[in-house]
Amino acid sequence: MTAIFEMGIVGIRSGIADGDFTAKEVAETFIARVSAAKPLNAFLVETPEHALAAAEATDKAKAAGEDLGKMAGVPIGMKDLFCTKGVETTAASGILKGFVPQYESTVSANLFKAGAGMLGKLNLDQFAMGSSNETSAFGNVISPWRRNDGGNADLTPGGSSGGSATVVSGRIAPAATGTDTGGSIRQPAAFTGITGFKPTYGRCSRWGTIAFASSLDQAGPMAHDVRDCAIMLGSMAGFDAKDSTSLDLPVPDWEAALNSNLAGKKIGIPKEYRVENMPADIDALWQKGIEMLKDAGATIVDVSLPHTKYALPAYYIIAPAEASSNLSRYDGVRYGLRDLPDGAGLQDMYAATREAGFGDEVKRRIMIGTYVLSAGYYDAYYTQAQKVRTLIAQDFDKAWNSCDLLLTPTAPSAAFGLGEKMDDPLAMYLNDVFTVPSSLAGLPAMSVPAGLDGKGLPLGLQIIGKALDEQSVFNAGLAIEERAGFVAKPEQWW
Amino acid sequence: MSIDKETVKKIASLSRIAITEAEADAFVPELNQILGWVEQLGEVDTSKVEPMTAVIPNQLRLREDVVTDGEIRDKILANAPIAEHGFFAVPKVIE
Repeated sequence: MTAIFEMGIVGIRSGIADGDFTAKEVAETFIARVSAAKPLNAFLVETPEHALAAAEATDKAKAAGEDLGKMAGVPIGMKDLFCTKGVETTAASGILKGFVPQYESTVSANLFKAGAGMLGKLNLDQFAMGSSNETSAFGNVISPWRRNDGGNADLTPGGSSGGSATVVSGRIAPAATGTDTGGSIRQPAAFTGITGFKPTYGRCSRWGTIAFASSLDQAGPMAHDVRDCAIMLGSMAGFDAKDSTSLDLPVPDWEAALNSNLAGKKIGIPKEYRVENMPADIDALWQKGIEMLKDAGATIVDVSLPHTKYALPAYYIIAPAEASSNLSRYDGVRYGLRDLPDGAGLQDMYAATREAGFGDEVKRRIMIGTYVLSAGYYDAYYTQAQKVRTLIAQDFDKAWNSCDLLLTPTAPSAAFGLGEKMDDPLAMYLNDVFTVPSSLAGLPAMSVPAGLDGKGLPLGLQIIGKALDEQSVFNAGLAIEERAGFVAKPEQWW
Repeated sequence: MSIDKETVKKIASLSRIAITEAEADAFVPELNQILGWVEQLGEVDTSKVEPMTAVIPNQLRLREDVVTDGEIRDKILANAPIAEHGFFAVPKVIE
């Protein structure tokens, strides 16, 4: 039998149902994995008691012959952007150090209702702002992966959901929550050889999720494979009256409808995603992905998304603008840090608190956001960016006239070394070049691991679907997964 | 449009973030690099385009005009750096 720690959601669920092991054994297995993984710095808070309590409830329910929830007995990692009742939640920022939510985010509550337990709160880029997990106030997360060149260089797990990517790929947790604003689920999933899914904007409630850019933020699953993502997203999504942008629609049973036969489906290959300086490995992988989807019965068509090159600059106006507004709540009055210099008044307290509490990248984005929203510049920057956003969404709408899904690489490179890009914010932003356009259009998209580069590091392919058509995205992801045969795992060195 | 140190200080002040002279100096090239890059949006003809307001068509809902929360004062104050007599406490703002 596969060792418990190697199992994903499906394996754990059926093992418990069949009586091969108890939920308690599963929880204990992963709690030990968490304890042993400290060198990776993936957890900000460990909550073994939560995982054990959920496991006990599952074992009890099973003994009583009750129906088990879809995540019953699965201990997950929780990105520390989700407020968890009674458990410190900081968004990896010094300004929220010591903040203990008095309420549960809707997404985490939904997962717990489905029977999941929580192993702990996962490190991330501070306020989810970053692509390498190097902006956390509590240190970098280190990827379990290493290059095959014999060196021991620490690599990034990607960001912002870097802790989530590290624990799932390192088999430290069978699955984890992520959030995606411009690629924060998909890019780390690609960097670590796991599967990550960003649903249609509005599928998952944002209530209780610490806000970065509200018109873009979406929660989603990060897991071993497509089926695990389908199960987990089914347990995260759903209408929530507490989020005014939550979609009042039934949650389809994505798992039940998984089908990798793509006969009749048309897959678009957007020519604008063939960027300059794309590594040959990634280009080759993209081509292999095209062949895999053809083999699954799909027809390949060339499409054009003419405004693609403007997506990143539009994103880096819109996201900081929303962030500067959202993060104005951190004022040293109601929660989190307060820095009150001797004799300071209220305004000085605000400025000192925010100076001390926010990291450099967060400050940079607040400043940019404040600038582009300021009197005299609002129309030139912000309104223009929102108009370009309309054009980007229209590009996708037009593409859907000739295809059902799009296939692209997830990221323009494999994982890079920690420290390699930190001194150049703009180079870091370019990581999101393939993931940001679908975020701006609110579309469902996923990353599936599909191969390794010459240095033995994972590469992902991205599938983008029409709004609300998560099913087709899952199905194409499954078709790739079945054909790519991706089984590489990082060797345990920690 | 390029921004100078005075502008950086003004943005920092609007953002309620205290910055030192050295930090202001460092922000000038950084913000100029980013703003210079986003300015390429200016070349897109958007004269007949409406700005995006909602990515997924969704109607704002109305609900009954009733109190749905309340009676949770202590929970709200639980994380305050300083709370006194059931209120958030801040430095004196009126002389």
